[in-house]
Amino acid sequence: MADIWRYRELLVGLVRKELKVKYKNSILGFVWSMLNPALYLVVFYVVFQLVLKAGIPNFAIYLLSGLLVWNLFSTGLPGATGSIVGNAAIVKKVAFPREILAMAAVGASLVHFVLQGAVMLLALLFFRYPPSPGFLLLVPVALLALLLFTCALGILLAAVNVYLRDTQHLLELALLAWFWGTPIVYQYRLVADRLGSRTWLYRLNPITPIVLTFQRAIYAKTDPNGVPILPAGASPGWYLGQLGAVIAVSLALFVFALRVFGKLEGNFAEEL
Amino acid sequence: MAVPAITVDRVSKRFRLYHEKYTSLKERAIHFGRVPFEEFWALSDIELEIAEGETVGLLGHNGSGKSTLLKCMAGILQPTYGEIAVRGRLAALLELGAGFHPELTGRENVFLNASILGMPKREIEKRFDEIVAFAELEQFIDNQVKHYSSGMYVRLGFAVAVNMDPEILLVDEVLAVGDEAFQRKCLERVRRFQKEGRTIVFVTHAADLVRQICDRAAVLDHGHMVGLGTPGEAVRSFREHLMQGERFEEVEQLGDASDEGEPEANRPPTQEEKRNLKVRLTEVRVEHPGAGERRYLLPGEPLAVRLAYNAVERVDDVVFGLAIHDVDGNLIFGSNTDFLGIEVGILDGPGVVTFETDAVPLLDGAYLLTIGIHSHDEVTVYDWREQRHQFEVMNPHKTAGGVYMGIRASIEKSKKEGAA
Repeated sequence: MADIWRYRELLVGLVRKELKVKYKNSILGFVWSMLNPALYLVVFYVVFQLVLKAGIPNFAIYLLSGLLVWNLFSTGLPGATGSIVGNAAIVKKVAFPREILAMAAVGASLVHFVLQGAVMLLALLFFRYPPSPGFLLLVPVALLALLLFTCALGILLAAVNVYLRDTQHLLELALLAWFWGTPIVYQYRLVADRLGSRTWLYRLNPITPIVLTFQRAIYAKTDPNGVPILPAGASPGWYLGQLGAVIAVSLALFVFALRVFGKLEGNFAEEL
Repeated sequence: MAVPAITVDRVSKRFRLYHEKYTSLKERAIHFGRVPFEEFWALSDIELEIAEGETVGLLGHNGSGKSTLLKCMAGILQPTYGEIAVRGRLAALLELGAGFHPELTGRENVFLNASILGMPKREIEKRFDEIVAFAELEQFIDNQVKHYSSGMYVRLGFAVAVNMDPEILLVDEVLAVGDEAFQRKCLERVRRFQKEGRTIVFVTHAADLVRQICDRAAVLDHGHMVGLGTPGEAVRSFREHLMQGERFEEVEQLGDASDEGEPEANRPPTQEEKRNLKVRLTEVRVEHPGAGERRYLLPGEPLAVRLAYNAVERVDDVVFGLAIHDVDGNLIFGSNTDFLGIEVGILDGPGVVTFETDAVPLLDGAYLLTIGIHSHDEVTVYDWREQRHQFEVMNPHKTAGGVYMGIRASIEKSKKEGAA
């Protein structure tokens, strides 16, 4: 851990490298990161609000608040998983805490997250859509939980991926299933109301509380026009408790991942 | 001895050689627990202590484990058994420009590379100009690295690494890159490091380099340490081990030649293939008259080569010749009885020809002898032994170059004008 802190400048440097390499020789550069969510916004606005006129009101805003979270997770995790194998040239020749490579991949996704967040903000202004001020304070906490969880899992998978290259491909499938196991496109209550007292099972997915927090803060309504969407009557305290649990689990996973990584790290240079 | 900077305590390193590497889940499942591999000890039981401020060379030919040992010291590989303790800030030059990204500019790569090597950003900014100046890339520093020539790439890598200000520097054969001027610059920098009391460990198979800059050297052979001592001793023991391997090959070659196998169609026959053995070499003796029991010469010592021959029939057009090559195959010296004004005359039956010199003016190295018996016009070859014999010279002093001269230096200081 102390090592990672000592190399924090390298972390920043690697994130910058990743972004620079990605947008080198492209004219629009960072704008591309913003175009993706912007297009989503337009398409869903047109399809669900103007054409179908059904389902969740202001669907575009709802979707985007969940997608913000998911995009960070679903680009950061595979990035981290492939980071050791992808940087074999450095790993084989220089000694430094290699966890940094996995964390840098997550860091690059964080930058994209911020850019997409800006699009979200513009959209809110454009639609004059008011978020929920009482819950907005929870967003940084949720983001912290998300980063911790993604880093922890990323470091673990990065080490495993050196030995079992299938991990990367398996992860692609797993992420697809995971996406539909998280209330992003559909509403949380759709599942929760059916499960009743066993809803906690559904919330075992650590991404769910994070997504819910974002939705509660940005989308802000629990049952607009009588459509049940988010947990009814839940206070900020309830959300904080959920996030706290995710953070605790992530920290434990983080420590475990560093252990495993440390153990496997010794043979990276040979396996690559 | 001062405080050890690096202690290598009974280190062994095992590699597993998989005949086929199963890294996918399916393959693992199919071959569960039965992945065929061979064990291979790249290092066995290495013990070495390197004092602070010492320069130690690791000598060995390819596959001797010298680079593995360096990687273990650098912390890139972990030893299977044993421990390595390192005291002090360490920088390893295993590959110059490792981690340079082709899409980034030189400037960006300097920052990235230096921070991978563990240098804080403020420090990099302070040294940036020095790094660029050392690499001689002022003009190109803002170009993408992918447009660099390989020389520029390596120069930049070296410049970053030596400006890391390490207390311990590990170098892996990187000094052999770049043009001559840059190499000299690198060596100069290494010497400055030595003067500043930094510890340097470097891996090489260039014996000259070891003699030029090392305080001590260790010789590795197939993962075992077979020699440790002054550069002179180490270079000799290295050469001995190397020679063993090579002599083995020679024996095989000799077998081929004496089989008188048909020469390949399009290749002109070699001298050895042309011999008709009318005059035959029966014995070749390389004598070191001044060396006593020693199996090698010191520079300037006498050497004698005695050739016993047997002429199976009467021959009258004969020249005995001798050539000396270094291990790289360069001709160092060549002469024959004709050049020396000796008329061999008519041969019939056995005899001995002796070539003698009072002083061999050579420095370190193994030298190979080629011996020929041929006609004056060199068209007829009676017998020929191409580089089958050798002698060795070992230089106990620090000298650069390839030729021995008895040299002295003196200095005379005059009083400064106007001084009392």
